[in-house]
Amino acid sequence: DIDDVGHKYYLELELEDVLDKDRTVNCTAEVLYHLGSKSTAPDVQVTVQGELRSTEEADKEFYNRIRSLEKELVAENIPDSHGNVPPELEPIHLLAWAASGYVIWQNSTENTKFHLAQVKHVKQVKRSDEDLQFDYVLLLHEMVSQEVIPWELTVLWHPQRGARVPRD
Amino acid sequence: MRLPVLLAALVAVATCTETFVGHQVLRVTPKSDEELQKVQELQALEHLQLDFWLAPRGLGFPVDIRVPFPSLQPVKAHLEASGVSYSIMIEDVQALVDEEQMDMLRSSRQLPLDTNTFNYEAYHTLDEIYNFMDMLVAENPNLVSKLEIGRSTEDRPLYVLKFSTGGTNRPAIWIDTGIHSREWVTQASGVWFAKKIVQDHANNEGVASILETMDIFLEIVTNPDGFAFTQTKNRMWRKTRSKHSGSICVGVDPNRNWDAGFGEAGASGNPCAETYHGPYPNSEPEVKSIVDFVKSHGNIKAFVSIHSYSQLLLYPYGYTDTPAPDQQELHEVSAKAVAALSSLYGTRYKYGSIITTIYRASGGTIDWTYNQGIKYSFTFELRDTGRYGFLLPAKQIVPTAEETWLALKVIMEHARDNMY
Repeated sequence: DIDDVGHKYYLELELEDVLDKDRTVNCTAEVLYHLGSKSTAPDVQVTVQGELRSTEEADKEFYNRIRSLEKELVAENIPDSHGNVPPELEPIHLLAWAASGYVIWQNSTENTKFHLAQVKHVKQVKRSDEDLQFDYVLLLHEMVSQEVIPWELTVLWHPQRGARVPRD
Repeated sequence: MRLPVLLAALVAVATCTETFVGHQVLRVTPKSDEELQKVQELQALEHLQLDFWLAPRGLGFPVDIRVPFPSLQPVKAHLEASGVSYSIMIEDVQALVDEEQMDMLRSSRQLPLDTNTFNYEAYHTLDEIYNFMDMLVAENPNLVSKLEIGRSTEDRPLYVLKFSTGGTNRPAIWIDTGIHSREWVTQASGVWFAKKIVQDHANNEGVASILETMDIFLEIVTNPDGFAFTQTKNRMWRKTRSKHSGSICVGVDPNRNWDAGFGEAGASGNPCAETYHGPYPNSEPEVKSIVDFVKSHGNIKAFVSIHSYSQLLLYPYGYTDTPAPDQQELHEVSAKAVAALSSLYGTRYKYGSIITTIYRASGGTIDWTYNQGIKYSFTFELRDTGRYGFLLPAKQIVPTAEETWLALKVIMEHARDNMY
């Protein structure tokens, strides 16, 4: 408890690479939930103790594949009702997951617990610059209220510059 | 034109006689007589083993050719040398064939002939599950019977399977799955449990000893209206499908509709909310039918209600932070059950009372059953912890059911050995 400021949490976490289960990396984090304020996202500081695996090759391959598509990519229901994700859409799914992390962070309080339930819809938007752009409709599941909330989100991605959610 | 070839390809693949790895389908649209002739020349070259999906018809009509991998270079060279343009319609025929085969397996709606050919590794429709129940009863008439304990809001039958080796009103164990319709791994696990009970009995192992002195009741699709809705309209539907006057919103949370702390904090009075408790306790026929059954049976000793996701084993209470009188014993049984579950695949579970482990929730099933005197009242939250959530891949159904079964056995055996 920090008087007049809020609640601060000190966390020790173990990160597991979803695509490489044996590989874990430790990290520490400090999270400050601001008192009373529902409109400010919690402050987060993270320190990663170790190295994350390089994904340069896979990134490049994905980037080139999407850039060379004649028609813009459009997809829906990822995973489908049975939990399936077609292999070529797996990167789209993972990107949605990362982007949902941003949305969840911006909307979290001490009384919420969000997960990405499903990518309802995704549409690629071709750009004149080097970024890839995907317009998503995500479904977020909030554990306490049990609500499934649709959320529209534009995500930019570039192999070197990574993922960004532009201000709207 | 394409369909018979794809079907033949599938048969070939199924019988392992032919593969289309690296085959491509090229499209040529001849724009002149010379181009048309060049394409027709290809038809004559039998050694190339070309398969014309669309044969040459005339100028301006597309010609589609499946080209085996070894012939790709010569065919493309032949076309390019004559300045005939082509496009690659299918980059890898085998990839398409594989995908279609997977799709067919996934959506195979052929009715299985018996519970041995039933596919436990897939999600099923309501009709398929009801058909499964009938088959199981037909195959094991001396062990299994099907009871109709009520009808849903949309007038679907509410079926409970009774597993009994005899006696009259023996002490019993109740298990329900699918009370929240979007939690698909639970109904799927319920189907697996049903078959497992029958198999254990036939092999005189596992729960066979429990069945000597106790009955097991299993309600697999506790919320059939919701389940049908998840299949046809909204995969994320949780509640029942009742309409209570005064609101355009549909449905009541069947796990907030029980008469235990009803309407208190931990449920919503808003009909549009996912945790809407309903206008009054037991307003939902899906809930009332179980209440009536439990009361009239009068001899249920363990009650387990199964949900997903979060990987938790929970005991009362959810509506109050007053500890349940049997808290210590329930905590010890939970520890043992979770250890048994984890022993199979290493799946990690947390356990504790509802209010301390997950959140405050009022009007919940096991709070009511516990207050009725059913000491061993538990709720499971099955796999996973959020990666797939409600959309758990079908290949995890059987591992989930297998590990959960080990925990259920701990609870059932404890009830049998600690009769009250």
